[in-house]
Amino acid sequence: MAQVYFSAGLRDLTGGVAQVDVQASNVRRLIAALDEMFPGIGERLSEASSVAIDGEILTDAEYESVPDQAEVHFLDILQGG
Amino acid sequence: MALTEENPGYKWVGTRPIRPDGLDKVTGKAQFGADLTLPGMLFGKVVRSPHAHARILSIDTSAAESMLGVKAVITGSDFPDLAANGAHASDIDVANNAIARDKVLYEGHVVAAVAATTRELAEAAAKAVEVSYEILPHVLTVDEAMADNAPLLHENMITKGVDPAPDQPSNVASRIVHERGDLEQGFGEADVVIEREFTTKPVHQGYIEPHAAVADANNDGRANIWCSSQGHFAMRAYTATVLGVSQGTLKVTAAEIGGGFGGKTVIYLEPLAVRLSQRSGRPVKLVMDRDEVFRATGPTSGTRIKVKMGISNGGELTAAEVWMAFEAGAYAGSPVGAAGMTVIAAYDIPHFLVEGYDVVCNKPRVAAYRAPGAPMAAFAVESVLDELARSIDMDPIEVRLANAAVEGTQASYGPKFPRIGFVETLEAIKEHPNYTAELGPNQGRGVAAGFWFNAGMNSSATVHVNENGTATVVTGSPDIGGSRQSMALMAAEELGIPYESIKPVVADTETVGFNDVTGGSRVTLATGAAVVDACRLVIEDLRARAAKTWDVEIDQVEWVDGQAQHVDGSQPPLSLNALAAKSGRTGGPISANASLNARGVGAGFSTQLCDVEVDPETGVTRVVRYLTAQDAGRAISPDYVEGQMQGGVVQGIGWGLNEEYIHDENGAMENPSFLDYRMPVASDLPMIECSIVEVPNPAHPYGVRGVGEVGIVPPMAALANAIKDATGVRLTDLPMTPIKVLEALNEQSD
Repeated sequence: MAQVYFSAGLRDLTGGVAQVDVQASNVRRLIAALDEMFPGIGERLSEASSVAIDGEILTDAEYESVPDQAEVHFLDILQGG
Repeated sequence: MALTEENPGYKWVGTRPIRPDGLDKVTGKAQFGADLTLPGMLFGKVVRSPHAHARILSIDTSAAESMLGVKAVITGSDFPDLAANGAHASDIDVANNAIARDKVLYEGHVVAAVAATTRELAEAAAKAVEVSYEILPHVLTVDEAMADNAPLLHENMITKGVDPAPDQPSNVASRIVHERGDLEQGFGEADVVIEREFTTKPVHQGYIEPHAAVADANNDGRANIWCSSQGHFAMRAYTATVLGVSQGTLKVTAAEIGGGFGGKTVIYLEPLAVRLSQRSGRPVKLVMDRDEVFRATGPTSGTRIKVKMGISNGGELTAAEVWMAFEAGAYAGSPVGAAGMTVIAAYDIPHFLVEGYDVVCNKPRVAAYRAPGAPMAAFAVESVLDELARSIDMDPIEVRLANAAVEGTQASYGPKFPRIGFVETLEAIKEHPNYTAELGPNQGRGVAAGFWFNAGMNSSATVHVNENGTATVVTGSPDIGGSRQSMALMAAEELGIPYESIKPVVADTETVGFNDVTGGSRVTLATGAAVVDACRLVIEDLRARAAKTWDVEIDQVEWVDGQAQHVDGSQPPLSLNALAAKSGRTGGPISANASLNARGVGAGFSTQLCDVEVDPETGVTRVVRYLTAQDAGRAISPDYVEGQMQGGVVQGIGWGLNEEYIHDENGAMENPSFLDYRMPVASDLPMIECSIVEVPNPAHPYGVRGVGEVGIVPPMAALANAIKDATGVRLTDLPMTPIKVLEALNEQSD
């Protein structure tokens, strides 16, 4: 099970829940599972987020593997200069 | 350089050869955006709003169109209405920023454009376009824009990120928040709590080369664009969106670029040039003058930031509370999100609340500027941290070392840090002679640090081996900071041939695979990884060809120092020259492509030490000594790494001491020139001394982290802390001009 952490800015969609455990093989399936738990969060996570898996920040990560016991954080999309 | 690991024996990586673009640039042969001239080319001119906020009642182009030599006049109605077509909000904003449809939202906003046979005629025609406006009240700052009953820029803007969602529109586009722990507990555990409020002004990237684009539209719907940008694939995508055409109809060629710093990741002129070319049937060149660059292209945000932090007498940070409001300019999208993620990320603080607001106002839409959002945030937090250290009589490096993020620290924005080099940058400063150098009268010393994520993203590269054994390295990443040299150095290292035998090329959008923008300090890491991958494919091919030549299995061949060698030495080595010369006999030309979405990004940290001298009679602050230590991971090209470090510092010094947008009561910019918008020049500055720290990124073949941005994060706080040290006064409003210094000194003496 991956440990998924929600930033304070996402907790309006999770009813205040800060962390859940989710079984999913990749990020796309992880988001789908989260959307079942917290309807509406899938769209927010898909459109406006990067994802950090075990500390590595990834963009376009839909098909990125989510290892068992991974620590997952969803982050704002970043713009560099 | 401060090396944390020995160089593993690289021959080319880490050396300082002559830059591949140097000769063309110093002899004037380099082709920048404005240099291209095509047969029959017309000259374009943009008509811009003189008002900060107004409704467009009518545009009469008839007088301009009737002028002899005027070949095309366009307005917003010549472009598809993306809002009516149900486009994504961000695309609608890009289109409306390129040319206004119903309202102008800042002085300089485009309302029309013309193309004529001469530059002078184009300027006359632009003046002949008659625009009727209904002037609306404007807001220029976050304070004005967030005030009750403030005039609205967008009547349908509902703040995102607020629960429950507001039922009324406002100028606040979104709210971000990060929090952990229990603030009350954290401040309760502190022995000292300091709270301060900071303001910063919009500042421009100040690239020397103004925006320029040439477009040549064909009758079949295709068009060629030549422009200076930080990403011609992005220019293609944005321009296609605004024009309502397929990306495949546009070919974009990257010109040499005279500075970008984030400000050339967005479009301004490209769709206008294409439409003018389509309307006139001739190529069209559009070039901004400096006035237009200031009035109409994105600076970075002005901000208001409140910081409250607590510390124990032992030097442990116990809590932080940060409130930030960032100007976005005319459309949503300030870098407040990144500011919120970076503001305390360098430190391990158990209890915190960070809250930020993205606020629209009647100024040009902000654009990225080196580590977008992080410098303003660091100015505030690093200033308060300096005060906290003073309050407990602790050395400013020691207080940072006591709280520094290290591998495994849970970053304030969520994930745990992998291997990072913040501590090493702090130690590099502490161990440098400058840290203990004697200060003279009216002089003071300041320390500040900064963090930036760096980025990966998508890159492609092609490596061709030429018939004579030299190689061409083709990428699609515009070279704004020396990436061609870095690509060539890594390719030379991989292939085992001299750096001088590698020609690095930036190709157009139809000649090389997709590349994301040159931004986020990502190109040496990501495009570099693609180059390394392509080189390794070439080497695999070369080994196979040598095996074929010797009639042995490929595992009997290894690639060493630019030549194929049989593992037992039973065959004379085959050089790359020899294999290339006979490539037709072993399978044809030698070439390989690699594309990737880069992983393994390594975060960047910088710590800086600034000595200033403040004239108590004039308030003038002079930087007398400056040292910057930055973790590069691995400096592929130390010359360019130092250039990036120095450039970031110098821009930060300008931001800290001189630069600001000044507007009149009508919202018009009063200082849109380099005479009145005072950027630092060489004679203003001492040598910016560099200490390259190398804590290799374990996820990159050469340990690269990216170096282009974090250098601009600490300077404003380093300056403020040095001024405090020299004078005893704490300045919290940028820029710290002589007038402000004098006022603070006078208040202190009162």
